[in-house]
Amino acid sequence: MASNEEILAGLAEIVNEETGLSPEAVELDKSFTEDLDIDSISMMTIVVNAEEKFGVRIPDEEVKNLKTVGDAVSFIAGAQA
Amino acid sequence: MTRKVVITGLGATTPIGGDVPTMWANSLKGVSGARTLEDDWVAKYELPVHFAARCSTPALDVLGRVEAKRMDPSTQFGVIASREAWADSGITEIDHDRLAVAFATGIGGVWTLLDAWDTLRDKGPRRVLPMTVPMLMPNGVAAAVSLDLGARAGAHTPVSACASGTEALHLGLELIRSGKADVVMCGGAEAAIHPMPLAAFSSMQALSRRNDEPERASRPYDLDRDGFVMGEGAGALVLEAEEHALARGARIYGELAGTSVTADAYHITAPDPEGLGATRALKAAMFDGRIQPSDVVHVNAHATSTPVGDKPEYTALKAALGSQLDSVAVSATKSQMGHLLGASGAVEAVLTALAVYERKTPVTINLENQDPEIPLDVVTSARDLPSGSIVALSNSFGFGGHNAVIAIRSI
Repeated sequence: MASNEEILAGLAEIVNEETGLSPEAVELDKSFTEDLDIDSISMMTIVVNAEEKFGVRIPDEEVKNLKTVGDAVSFIAGAQA
Repeated sequence: MTRKVVITGLGATTPIGGDVPTMWANSLKGVSGARTLEDDWVAKYELPVHFAARCSTPALDVLGRVEAKRMDPSTQFGVIASREAWADSGITEIDHDRLAVAFATGIGGVWTLLDAWDTLRDKGPRRVLPMTVPMLMPNGVAAAVSLDLGARAGAHTPVSACASGTEALHLGLELIRSGKADVVMCGGAEAAIHPMPLAAFSSMQALSRRNDEPERASRPYDLDRDGFVMGEGAGALVLEAEEHALARGARIYGELAGTSVTADAYHITAPDPEGLGATRALKAAMFDGRIQPSDVVHVNAHATSTPVGDKPEYTALKAALGSQLDSVAVSATKSQMGHLLGASGAVEAVLTALAVYERKTPVTINLENQDPEIPLDVVTSARDLPSGSIVALSNSFGFGGHNAVIAIRSI
């Protein structure tokens, strides 16, 4: 089971891999679309990679609710519990 | 009055050079880009062919990691060549609504398609990533180039197997002549050195099996030719309406004077043994460019090094050029870089434009015993072309009976 800090670090790594954004830029209050400029194709790629990394399932209908990095961390933490 | 179209920018990434200056220098020297493949899949699938001609500069040495991730390897090559051609053209300001793209491929995103199929089988549908579709679509390279340049006058993808790259130039010329665009980024890109296409081309007996001597395998017109060598890469040319180029004081490599495309309607893969479709294409391109046989001094031949393919091209050249053919310096540059399939016509157009501009011909390597049935004047060491107004032709033929010819005239 990963801690919230570990989930954030893992997500930051995935976002960096997909978009080239520095991992430090991936903070809990950042919006994926507004702040990080991540388009829907990149978002789905990040979701699929996060599923594999954290061993969780993020349903397609849930993805639209993951507005900020914090939303994603909370969802993954909950799904792991 | 037909609009005159000129070539003002060149780009390439190939097995004998990752940019135009390197490729050009090597093409005059005569080097081989073919190498033994070190990939484990050669033995794993017991491929009958163990070599190919990979790009001398890996795409990832040129592109950023993140942008490359969103492109099939064929698109990576296309974007690299297009960026070089664009920089070379010196265009700094342009009406983007008057800039078009005609960027061809023979096969398209075959690596992406087959990798995704492997992923589906190994890991299930969830792991098939959303970029798969835009990466595998054959128009992916034209779309990426259009995005990269902001080209909004249409982005086209001619697909006619190994004639595709030359057909892109045919289309580019038409777009400018018809007034639909002032500038067109034309080109072709291919990246099919993957075990499946290698197996498939082998299965049709198209590839050389000279596994012990990859560098000597591509030998157009030689009696011991036994098939082509798979290559990869891209070529790109900036076509521009002459008045547009003159207005900005552009450096002009030559005029794209005439083009044509014909179909054999003879056999799905075998060339018409009489070369009738190719003859019609040659004559039509010359008619289109108001070219007399006596104007022609150089041909960059299709010449893939297959036993059945090289001779009908000779027959067609003879029919189109008659006795002038004796005075035409013929280069078979696939001897050096292998066959870049849908990119070959574009790369060879770059070489042909340079031949006209520099008045020098690239060389043909591995010609040891010239087939007596193909008595062409084949260039085996770099030769100077005459001064004055000259024309060079470049031929491309593709499975499906596609014939495409371009004619470039000196300025």
